[in-house]
Amino acid sequence: MRNLWTAYKMRQKRQRLLFRAFRKRRQLVCVMDRSDQITADAILAFSTVRNEIIRLPYFLEYYRKLGVAHFLIVDNDSDDGTGEYLAKQPDVSLWHTTHSYKLSRFGVDWLTWLQIKFGHGHWCLTVDADEILIYPHCDTRPLRALTDWLDQAKILSFGTMMLDMYPKGALDAQTYQAGYDPFQILRWFDGDNYRSQMQPALQNLWIQGGVRERMFFADRPERAPTMNKTPLVKWSRRFAYVSSTHSLLPRHLNQVFDLGGAGKTTGVLLHSKFLHMVADKSREEKHRQEHFENSSQYDTYYDRLTQSPDLWCAASYQYDGWQQLEAMGLLSKGPWA
Amino acid sequence: MSGAGSVGIVMMVHNALERASQVARHWATNGCPVVIHVDSQVGRDAYKEFVGGLSDLPDLQFSRRHYCEWGAWSLVQASQTASELMLKSFPDVRHIYLASGSCLPLRPVQELVDYLAERPRTDFIESATTDDVPWAIAGLDSERFTLRFPFSWKRHRSLFDGYVRLQRRLRYKRKIPMGLVPHLGSQWWCLTRRTLSAILEDQERDTFDKYFKRVWIPDESYYQTLVRLFSTSIESRSLTLSKFDYQGKPHTFYDDHLQLLRRSDCFVARKIWPHADRLYKTLLTDGAEALKKAEPNPGKIDRIFAKAVERRTRGRAGLYMQSRYPVEGWENGATPSSYSVFQGFADLFEDFAPWLANSTGATVHGHLFAPKRAEFTGGESIYSGCMPDSAAMRDSNPKAFLTNLVWNTRGEQQCFQFSPRDLQDLNWFIAKDPNAIITVITGAWVVPLFHSNLSFAEIRTEAARLQKIESEHMGVLRSPYAKARVRIMTMAEFIEAPMEPLQTIIDTIGPRNKLRTLSEAPKMADLTGFGKFLQNLKNQGMHPHLMGDFPTGDHISQVTTKPRKPYLVRK
Repeated sequence: MRNLWTAYKMRQKRQRLLFRAFRKRRQLVCVMDRSDQITADAILAFSTVRNEIIRLPYFLEYYRKLGVAHFLIVDNDSDDGTGEYLAKQPDVSLWHTTHSYKLSRFGVDWLTWLQIKFGHGHWCLTVDADEILIYPHCDTRPLRALTDWLDQAKILSFGTMMLDMYPKGALDAQTYQAGYDPFQILRWFDGDNYRSQMQPALQNLWIQGGVRERMFFADRPERAPTMNKTPLVKWSRRFAYVSSTHSLLPRHLNQVFDLGGAGKTTGVLLHSKFLHMVADKSREEKHRQEHFENSSQYDTYYDRLTQSPDLWCAASYQYDGWQQLEAMGLLSKGPWA
Repeated sequence: MSGAGSVGIVMMVHNALERASQVARHWATNGCPVVIHVDSQVGRDAYKEFVGGLSDLPDLQFSRRHYCEWGAWSLVQASQTASELMLKSFPDVRHIYLASGSCLPLRPVQELVDYLAERPRTDFIESATTDDVPWAIAGLDSERFTLRFPFSWKRHRSLFDGYVRLQRRLRYKRKIPMGLVPHLGSQWWCLTRRTLSAILEDQERDTFDKYFKRVWIPDESYYQTLVRLFSTSIESRSLTLSKFDYQGKPHTFYDDHLQLLRRSDCFVARKIWPHADRLYKTLLTDGAEALKKAEPNPGKIDRIFAKAVERRTRGRAGLYMQSRYPVEGWENGATPSSYSVFQGFADLFEDFAPWLANSTGATVHGHLFAPKRAEFTGGESIYSGCMPDSAAMRDSNPKAFLTNLVWNTRGEQQCFQFSPRDLQDLNWFIAKDPNAIITVITGAWVVPLFHSNLSFAEIRTEAARLQKIESEHMGVLRSPYAKARVRIMTMAEFIEAPMEPLQTIIDTIGPRNKLRTLSEAPKMADLTGFGKFLQNLKNQGMHPHLMGDFPTGDHISQVTTKPRKPYLVRK
């Protein structure tokens, strides 16, 4: 009975989210529409960006190489040339908005609208410009191999965990050049200080931990960033992300983990937040207060980031491919051999 | 027309037509006649294009199309039609190989032809009785042959299940036609003309067909059963390499499997991912290399895929991660390896941790669950796996803290101190974990109080609190649900004869290859006046029972602080 009631409430919530996205569609102004390129089996990438001119060249190149056929991007009022750069790309459809990122549930409302319009029936990858997807065999098998396998296994969503990558030494000590692999600089990560708990309402696994928690939230771990994301989904126009890509509705899409003791196939999102630009960006974000629900709670976090601290410690691990992550238990091949 | 004694390929195609066409051309141009059955679900235009693309090949024909559905009779029907056409059109064919559109030859075609030419009367078909194989799908093994299955498992699951239940309840059993012994096996076979034509031209074929129409997944049992009636020489194995996952679905092979596939020496593999360009390119260009006579040897591939299946069904012991969040009882081991918990030792001995580390080589932490911080070994503030010593982080999920620690240091024995002053949340978890080795000196927590400068009233309150906590904990450790290796001694018992338990500890967690004799005992705290102190507590109305019985005098501590047992070897 209780289950039925929760299911009913979740359904209402999902419809609310979809309606919200429908209302916010007018906030988007189409700059460049190349959506006629989208073929029936194309893998699509969705992203909201703001001032990401430095990260975008590598981001686009990486995902093109994996096999993403088309990018649908919302430019949230960038002033560093991001919009112009994206409009020139042959496989990008671009929308522009000056509205609030926070009021759009961190860009999710805008993307939900684009997903309703273009994502139905496609495998959709929803990632930020600083997220690079790693999955088992990604060095030898394109993304389509994964989605084909998920299709035949009748799995609709693919779970990942974010891995905050950081350099050795002060964050601004090495300058990143656009187009290069950011993980040549951000080579290190926290190996295993993650913890997870079930979220009964949405039935997703809430994972916290990593370097941001270790450095900035060790005394108030409940505020630490959420690390689980479900970025790759065989989309239906009835689906909706709830908070960022951490969870979505209907709830069964959140079950990217196994309760029976075995392991499902999962990946990792390498997070390139801690490039040299992070200090300036943090200064701006602290001022804009657009990135967290209670943004003022995160002032000290931003303050410390503006000082470009050294996140590295003697126990840090150096990144060495998906096989290493699999051996460490951060991702799993599951049955995909 | 091809030479006498050649191999004919019957190919069942339902998708990835381009690849199927590529492979069919490969077979045909290498001297193997091909008959292709295309599922009638493939649209007319696609079919026309497919046929047109292969029209230049003389030894290639298309058979009448059927609507094929997984697990249904139509698949057998399709293979019958195509086989009949093969037998009729290519009278020189001696072996008929049933393949699918997603099969890929791994070795030069000539090697297969030679191999079969050396075994002209052998039928290669996996064929085993239902009692001998564990391939039950949806809980059905021998019932595949004794119930009726008119409903589709894929499209009408509830009808399918309901009808099975109904037949079970009514104890309905079909009669198996006389002379048939049901056998099962992979649907990809290679039969001789003699056997195949005997099956297809048998007088009783109508009876058999009628029976198998209502058997579930007949493509895995029709030929496998009938071949037993007609064949003179059966090799019960498939020449097609195919691996199945935990759900009985075939594994897909990708470019990165190339070396594995090659080394397997199998003739044909399925199924291949249609976009595995490198596999198709490499394997469909017959090299000029010398032809091998190797026997197929799928051993290594078997092991790799068996591991994948096991990982899927059982998971890695003691690993909690984004892919697996086992509920209690389904962990396949709550922790990955053994660890030791010591309660009371750090209170009773001044230098227990360094002593233990020295004498065993294990990693010895302080109180990992101390209220202020996790006391990692060597006073480190960030330990292996980047675990910080923050109490707040640890307390937000103590189980994750412990399991992460043991997972990160797999292969090292982790030891830590515990006391009733520490976080007690994990008492049940540890007690139920067979990997935990717990040694307790009950009541030893009172020693720091005995040495403290607190007022006696404060001591009394604190002692009462700690005793209550430890009592409850001992209740947990003694419960029938506890699976850990537990040893509980009272402080009095321990002090009476400390060397034996210490030796046991070293024997249990020290290196296994050499037996260590205890050469040095840790230094015990000064217990002068301890008996009196306990008596004082009693006089104040508190009942300190966990320590065991201590005489009021001082003489005990005199004996125990300087252990002079005769068997003690001193350096």
